[in-house]
Amino acid sequence: MSTLETIPNSKKEVLVEILLRLADDRLILGHRLSEWAGHAPELEEDLALANIALDMIGHASALYGYAAQLEDKPDEDHYAYFRDDIDFKNIALTELPRGDFAFTTARLFLFSTFSYLLYNNITQVIEEEQFNGIIKKHFNEIKYHLRHSREWVLRLGDGTDLSKLKIQQAIDDLWMYTGEMFETDKTENLAAGYNLFIDVPVLKNEWMKWVTETLEEATLKTPDNNQYMFTGSRQGRHTEHLGRLLAEMQFLRRSYPDADWK
Amino acid sequence: MDTREKLDAFQKRIDNDEKIEPKDWMPDRYRKQLIRMMSQHAHSEIVGMLPEGNWITRAPSLERKLVLLAKVQDEAGHGLYLYSSTETLGARRQELVEDYIYGTAKYSSIFNYPTLTYADICVIGWLVDGAAIVNQTMLAKSSYGPYARANIRICREESFHKKQGYEMLAKMAAGTPEQRRMAQDAVNRWWWPTLMMFGPPDDESPNSAELIRWKVKTKTNDELRQSYVDQMVMEAEAIGIKLPDPELKYNNNTGHWDFGEIPWDEFWNVIKGNGPMNRERIKARRKAYEEGAWVREAAMEYARKKQLREEKAS
Amino acid sequence: MSKSNSKPISHYQNEWPLWEVFYQPGNGKPFEHAGSVHAPDAEMALQNARDTYARRNEGIAIWVVPTDQITATTPEDSEAFFDPAGNKPYRHPQFYSTPRAVKKRK
Repeated sequence: MSTLETIPNSKKEVLVEILLRLADDRLILGHRLSEWAGHAPELEEDLALANIALDMIGHASALYGYAAQLEDKPDEDHYAYFRDDIDFKNIALTELPRGDFAFTTARLFLFSTFSYLLYNNITQVIEEEQFNGIIKKHFNEIKYHLRHSREWVLRLGDGTDLSKLKIQQAIDDLWMYTGEMFETDKTENLAAGYNLFIDVPVLKNEWMKWVTETLEEATLKTPDNNQYMFTGSRQGRHTEHLGRLLAEMQFLRRSYPDADWK
Repeated sequence: MDTREKLDAFQKRIDNDEKIEPKDWMPDRYRKQLIRMMSQHAHSEIVGMLPEGNWITRAPSLERKLVLLAKVQDEAGHGLYLYSSTETLGARRQELVEDYIYGTAKYSSIFNYPTLTYADICVIGWLVDGAAIVNQTMLAKSSYGPYARANIRICREESFHKKQGYEMLAKMAAGTPEQRRMAQDAVNRWWWPTLMMFGPPDDESPNSAELIRWKVKTKTNDELRQSYVDQMVMEAEAIGIKLPDPELKYNNNTGHWDFGEIPWDEFWNVIKGNGPMNRERIKARRKAYEEGAWVREAAMEYARKKQLREEKAS
Repeated sequence: MSKSNSKPISHYQNEWPLWEVFYQPGNGKPFEHAGSVHAPDAEMALQNARDTYARRNEGIAIWVVPTDQITATTPEDSEAFFDPAGNKPYRHPQFYSTPRAVKKRK
């Protein structure tokens, strides 16, 4: 058990914790996607990746904003710019370096499938009106992320020999980071008790089914689940990549914290 | 053949302010000039994504990050509209792209300068997009229909680009000492290059007369440059920014602002490829193009396979 | 055209074809031409059109059509096609007079 882990002890604290987990995933993956701007394989895809990055960073911003309101913090930037890597709760899958287009596609597909199932399920249990409203609104955009990334998995998988090799490699490399999607801990159990979240492990079977179906259609193999799975990110135990990402993202704001940057 | 008769009839249409559409007869030279000019415009939008993209991951607030990313994405969109309209003239996008990343086709020299601080992002919005708007507002009236329509759409979208830059620069100019220093320094570096964006002086601009006769353009480089200076002097003053030209002076006779000698040597040098970032910009675009080849191929291969399967099934 | 890294012309076979994009600006409105996109197939053409031409809520529906599937009139057709319609003023409501009493009531 991590020495850092503090168990929230009120409904509000639980809610904030859940908001930050959702937001961190989206900010960090959005950051990685935004790195494509100006470098995508084709002009149309440059626009598509930027759109998805905008959605994700926008989702994070809204969730942070709500948390700030609950905690009486100045604004959403407090969470994005003034926390350290051990405070971030995103799963490691989202922080891995950008990689090539196959890696980006595979990650986006695996994450969006999870995101789709999660949002679809939590809107049905969340009683908190504002929270539910945010999730419902973002869900529509997630549907598109899933559609876009799924179509690309099919094209790369059933495209050329080279593209098949690359996308299979990406899926294989990413697989050990998918376990964290379905981990749960005391915080999430508490959240489920307050009707703020669901018991995430129940999503795993459906996620496996969806992913396997698409991979099969793409003539790709689904990796073996009985392998080492990375763990700990939800408690702030990250890979080395997150620190560098944050160093870049936060440096200007932290160098001049008293300046107005909005 | 471009017979005298046809040329006269064409010029008459232009003089009557008619728009020329893709399938209409047009002089070969008109088509060539358009392809050159429009594709250059398109390349500029695309290369323009790089200096600004340089700050997306470091933007100092989430809001500014979203604004910047949306703006850089718009540049991709604008490049796309412009390539689309060039393609109506029978050009091929891939060929046009290869002409600038492997060949000698040009793009706007302004993007061969580096973005050193975040204030550069604000200044690009204010000055560079400000200059682009002056130019594109004119091009929205261009005689070639698809080009005019692309520019109308671009102008509509670009107004926020300038506003966001100007707004943030104003904030920095009135901010902490560090912010003020960055803001003024960025203006000092970008001011002269933005004046060069309108192209060489009229007496050294070989294409201008022809383009104006055909109403591809309706104003000369120097006219556009002057209206830009007049506008920017006011806007700089309003936010307490100093333009780095000691010779800037209001001329009562002309009603315009006189300005100092533009460093044209630098301009020609950068055009020749000797700007601080020319090589890196081209390298980055080549890398994206070459690393994207297998992706573009895979998607086409998938489409071919799918079509074959469908044909077999029916 | 001088290329330092010339490639054979056949590599254009992997250039994605062109599609024309039409969007419906609002419920009940007719579709308008927006521009074009490159895409390998119809599904990607739809997505690319959405990402390119609907970034600002411009439309509520999109059509994409392969550019080479469009049949259009040529400028040579224009006299035969469109001038005759100019000789039919009786197709327009202004051609007809309305009794003054009716006009007044409006």
